[in-house]
Amino acid sequence: MKAHHRVGAALLGLLGACSLAQAQAQHPHLARNLAATCANCHGTNGQARGDMKPLAGMPADKMIAMLGDFKSGNQPATIMHQIVKGYTDEQIKLMAAFFATQPAKN
Amino acid sequence: MNAYRIGRRQWLGAGAALAATSLAGCAGMSASGPSIGRVVVVGGGYGGATTARYLKLWGGNVDVTLIERNADFVSCPISNLVLGGYKQMSDVTRGYGGLKAAGVKLVQGEVSAVDVAAKKVRLAGGAEIAYDRLVLAPGIDFMSEQIGGLGPALDSGRVLHGWKAGPQTVALRRQIEAMPDGGVFAMFIPKAPYRCPPGPYERACVVASYLKTAKPKSKVLVLDANPEIQSKKALFEKAFKDRYAGTLEYRANAELKELSGNLAKLEFEDLRADVLNVIPPQRAGDLARSAGLVNINNRWVGVNWLTMESTAAAGVHVIGDATFPAPAMPKSGHMANQHAKVAAAAIIQLLKGEAVNPTPVVMNTCYSFVSAREAVHVASVHQYDAVDKTFKTVPGSGGVSAAANQIEARYALSWADNIWADSLALA
Repeated sequence: MKAHHRVGAALLGLLGACSLAQAQAQHPHLARNLAATCANCHGTNGQARGDMKPLAGMPADKMIAMLGDFKSGNQPATIMHQIVKGYTDEQIKLMAAFFATQPAKN
Repeated sequence: MNAYRIGRRQWLGAGAALAATSLAGCAGMSASGPSIGRVVVVGGGYGGATTARYLKLWGGNVDVTLIERNADFVSCPISNLVLGGYKQMSDVTRGYGGLKAAGVKLVQGEVSAVDVAAKKVRLAGGAEIAYDRLVLAPGIDFMSEQIGGLGPALDSGRVLHGWKAGPQTVALRRQIEAMPDGGVFAMFIPKAPYRCPPGPYERACVVASYLKTAKPKSKVLVLDANPEIQSKKALFEKAFKDRYAGTLEYRANAELKELSGNLAKLEFEDLRADVLNVIPPQRAGDLARSAGLVNINNRWVGVNWLTMESTAAAGVHVIGDATFPAPAMPKSGHMANQHAKVAAAAIIQLLKGEAVNPTPVVMNTCYSFVSAREAVHVASVHQYDAVDKTFKTVPGSGGVSAAANQIEARYALSWADNIWADSLALA
């Protein structure tokens, strides 16, 4: 038990250091601001209307996989294969994490 | 026209504006702490409306006042479909009620002066509103003086531009409807840069589509001051050739020099038309000029792309079509909405004394209809470059449709629905 606890604490400490380093490197609103570039088509905070795909509440790994498929060409698209190539993989991860926390539209 | 009536009730008169502004601090304090500052936004188009909306969405206790001369938002995008008879004005008109519900103070009025030193704007009625930061989203105004006879022709309403949606759109549709079968609709495109690069070519297609059915002996003459089609070139060329051969004629390097009655004089020829639709050369809106912010090419406003703050005046942010654009950045409603989000995020941080986001991204999507039921797109993504201090398009990203298609016509309308809701805080 004690050994496990120590490993756990060490891991937590490491994670803490990582996220701290990330927080220092990154503007606190970067994810929110990046995600807002999608809102013109996909609704404010990803709460889309009409034919557009809602992004609010989508699990992050699902969105990352979907955008990866657009980027690679595995998933044909009218426009997303062109837009997704304008964002880095790191930016896509940040946006996906942001949208995953947003409530779906009522 | 229910939208118009709803719209009018949302607005404070210019007189009531001052009372509302002076109360704002108290309201902020009682709710959840003191206000972080007063932001005045002038212009309620795509850029101004979005700035007001996102200041409230992201800023919480920030006092936001939006000053707009019109009672309602009327969209330029989609308004070409009104000219073709495929949409009504009510389809491109939305109210400002969502912004009011979001806590934005709405003032319907005209700003007559900006005092950058004293940090206040004056309304045409004489009332003054103080700000900590000012956002100007004045759009474009016209350089009518560059074409002989154009000023008086526009003033009389005989010649229409239809490049600001609203009464011009309605009047231009009437002229098109009143054209005899066998008449000529001539559209003049100014040299770039102008608002909405693909817009004139979409208009040509949509008007040709209408005339081909309703008045099949009629012609659409597209007289372009530019050496070639300015956006989605191959797609528009294909639409002109495949769909409108015999109806639509396109001429490059055809710059309008002078208007005289229904006679249009170009460099090497004169021509007559039943409808003269002149899109005049453009510059930043009048307010940017009177505020002393026009500092590039005597036409546009230079901005710091991290904050959208004018390079001519501290504390004044300028967004949308009035700005001197970054390379390959179009003057579009979509881009104005994106500018607005950069500005709103930066203004909140600046009011709080915090660092602004050093790596903003903006992107653009423009759909154009080539017929009543088919559309094409152009898209681009622009990342901030810290070395050159400007936005740059990402190599290998963006592009245009492979071909005109019906799915993107649906997406175009859904784009409008979503961006209007995003900009105006519509439920």
